[in-house]
Amino acid sequence: MEDKGQIKKMMIILSKATLENVYACFVLANGARMEGIEAEIFFTFFGLEAIHNKKLEHLHVATVGNPAMHMPTMLGGLPGMEALATSMMKKEMEKIDMPDVREFIEILSASGVKLWACKLAMDMFHYKPEDMIDELDGVLTVGDFYKQGSGEGTHMLFI
Amino acid sequence: MDKIIAGKNVTVTDEGFLKDFGQWDKDIADALAVENQIVLTPRHWEVITYIQNEFKNDVPLSIRKIGKSGIVDIKEFYQLFPVAPLKTATKIAGIPKPVSCI
Repeated sequence: MEDKGQIKKMMIILSKATLENVYACFVLANGARMEGIEAEIFFTFFGLEAIHNKKLEHLHVATVGNPAMHMPTMLGGLPGMEALATSMMKKEMEKIDMPDVREFIEILSASGVKLWACKLAMDMFHYKPEDMIDELDGVLTVGDFYKQGSGEGTHMLFI
Repeated sequence: MDKIIAGKNVTVTDEGFLKDFGQWDKDIADALAVENQIVLTPRHWEVITYIQNEFKNDVPLSIRKIGKSGIVDIKEFYQLFPVAPLKTATKIAGIPKPVSCI
């Protein structure tokens, strides 16, 4: 086959809601669409916060247990440290023309990225579909999500 | 490398982007569009003209900027240029491939 090995679809599973993980997921999904690759995101466990209307604007960078912050763990745990690190990161992101979480979701949806919530995690956190973003394409089981990924050239990524 | 597009000899990159915007004209745009399975409509031309102006003003292009352009929203941009819209639109417009990740 001529296009052997070509990536045709990225299925990304987001299980965390720390800002750096959410952005990694969104940039990868958007970058796929920009290259003509299909992309779908499955939000599970804490990843659901990134599509929860009341929570998505309050996501934080992790300052504890993150060696790349170059900050002693004890210090990272002090009150206000996460908020400080988060506001610094958001300022830097604005400088490089990075949209905030809500705008990024709008861009992803308009670009044709499918956004799915995990049924099990929704039940566990007692979230309802109406608590989530309007752009949500549906609530799926793991099996449904795998089915979405069928076909040649699909890659799966867990964040 | 050299390539003949619409009967004209032009220099392109490995990915088919024109190296010199001075060699671009509307016939070349039409031919490049056909290569990318697109038939250019007046809406396509509005977008192409917009991104050429941004390029002339040294404004780096991104999907987000296109969405805020007031010319086209992101959804329609993907409808006009369904596969890799920013790459395809800039290629047809005869300007270099954008380096943006967003």
